[in-house]
Amino acid sequence: MNSSVIELNGLTKRYGTFTAVNQLNLSISKGEIFGLLGPNGAGKSTTILMMLGLTEPSAGTVKVCGINATVDPIAVKRRVGYLPDDIGFYENYTGLDNLLYTARLNQIPEEEAMARAIRLLERVNLTAEAGKKAGKYSRGMRQRLGLADVLIKNPEVIILDEPTLGIDPTGVHEFLDLIVQLSREEGITVLLSSHHLHQVQQVCDRVGLFVEGKLLAEGDIPTLSGKLFPDEAFTITVGVRFVDNNNVEQEKIRLVKIVEPVNGVTVIQFKEDLLQIRCTCDVTALIARVIIENGFALTHLNRKEFGLDEIYHHYFEGREVHGKAN
Amino acid sequence: MEKLININKTSAHPFWVMVNKELRDHVRSWRFIILLFLILLTCFGSLYTSVTNLSKSIKANDPAGTFFFLKLFTLSDGTLPPFHVFIGFLGPLLGIALGFDAINSEQSAGTLGRLMAQPIHRDYVINAKFTAALIVISTLFFALGFMVMGLGLIIIGIPPTAEEFLRIVFFLVLSVLYVAFWLNLSIFFSIRFKQAATSALTAIAVWLFFTVFYQIIISLVAKAIMPAEGAGQQEIIQYQNFILNLLRIVPSQLFSDATTTLLMPAVRSLGPLTMEQVYGAIPSPLPLGQSLLLVWPQLTGLIAATVLCFALSYFSFMRKEIRSR
Repeated sequence: MNSSVIELNGLTKRYGTFTAVNQLNLSISKGEIFGLLGPNGAGKSTTILMMLGLTEPSAGTVKVCGINATVDPIAVKRRVGYLPDDIGFYENYTGLDNLLYTARLNQIPEEEAMARAIRLLERVNLTAEAGKKAGKYSRGMRQRLGLADVLIKNPEVIILDEPTLGIDPTGVHEFLDLIVQLSREEGITVLLSSHHLHQVQQVCDRVGLFVEGKLLAEGDIPTLSGKLFPDEAFTITVGVRFVDNNNVEQEKIRLVKIVEPVNGVTVIQFKEDLLQIRCTCDVTALIARVIIENGFALTHLNRKEFGLDEIYHHYFEGREVHGKAN
Repeated sequence: MEKLININKTSAHPFWVMVNKELRDHVRSWRFIILLFLILLTCFGSLYTSVTNLSKSIKANDPAGTFFFLKLFTLSDGTLPPFHVFIGFLGPLLGIALGFDAINSEQSAGTLGRLMAQPIHRDYVINAKFTAALIVISTLFFALGFMVMGLGLIIIGIPPTAEEFLRIVFFLVLSVLYVAFWLNLSIFFSIRFKQAATSALTAIAVWLFFTVFYQIIISLVAKAIMPAEGAGQQEIIQYQNFILNLLRIVPSQLFSDATTTLLMPAVRSLGPLTMEQVYGAIPSPLPLGQSLLLVWPQLTGLIAATVLCFALSYFSFMRKEIRSR
């Protein structure tokens, strides 16, 4: 656990009787891109505020870069860059001036600040707009300027709160690419909060699922689906043409009987004429062979791995039947 | 603070970086320019009336005759109020204008969250805002005061005495203090209210209440509790003192009490005087020390009100949770 940059231990935040964050344990290691995924009001922003020492936790500890954020927020904020979800700039200052102001607040010497600001503006593709007033920037430009603003202090960790909110799809793609690039090149640890699962899936090494103040599960996507759906990480859908059309029911029972003994299969059910098989590991090839060897004509075969979509539906939208997501 | 400065000698301390930025924002803002214009206008206006009436005001045997120069600040023919009344009137407006959107504009623009993510202490934000506005106000008032003195010197050709000069400096300090009170009040409102308009209106409402309605209410109260006609002297004095003390709850009353005493050395008391007290007194102006002594309670009251407002805003700002807009 020595290499962990962010460590949360039993972190709890209560507002009156409402518990926004409940007993949160989390550790993020260096250079990792971690996605904090959860619906609105799940306590993501509150957790981030506690990491920066902007809000005091009711219980538990936050350690960022080995420093307790509640006790010494200044030291933490020197190492951590934070991009709030709806970032604002001083509108009658130019983009460059906004960056320089942040640099001055971080006590970066004037010439170095200028050099860094120019380099970063180039990096986020805003060189042409550097002299424009920040009030005239579009949403996507503001977000990119925000990234430059976060990076000007050479942070070890960057925390992005809903960074892709309100940017168009190409913009989102470029923005996420930029984040991945930065993380890989400079070894910056990234914590990204979002309720946009596809984007999280696209860039994050690990994901933490956050609902009603609790971390339900964490891990990379396969681990996560394994954890959340321990008996049914994969769903295989099989369609066959029966040899004896007069005796469909019997044929169906025979089919189930031959699939059942395959290792890893947990649930078998017919959905109209298609057979749904849930299993803990990928046994598609095996099932296909068994079916063909037993004289059925295989007409349809589809394997589905549980993605974040299913996970999301499963947890956020009222724990409905898993099959619905298919 | 020392430690922070030593870490990096080549760059300024973040607090002064913030003060610098706030100063720049104030000086460049339209509202400051407009107010500056307004104040300059009234300043010249009152200077003009006092200069034109100066010759008429000189009488033989006037006890305040030696304080010729101070008349520049207090003299009026009734068409335009004198300089110190103008400051008492426009000062609050200036204080409110510089403070009413101090915190809530940063919050609604989303810059407060970004600012708080920088390695600075939270109180730097509010301290820097206050310091910057105070620097602007002091510079403005001292510049105005010295300008009036300089112009007066050129026009009437009589240099001020050392005491007159000191009295004017004290008057300017008092004005800055008075505006600082309104500044702090409006900063407090800017923390309490999310909308800049609400906080501005509330501050102006408080100002209007104190300058217009409070006096009306007090006169109503005074009529209601007026002692009967045959009341003894003791009772009447008590009554008068009570009404005066009620009036002195208002900072503008404190300010006008203090400025009149400082600028008109002939003022010997701010309360009722009995015949016994006046008997035997030589009608001469008070020395500066005595005038200062006379306004000491007013001065303390103003400072206390300012500090109270600042403490309130400090307290509520430190406890405020900063979320995005």
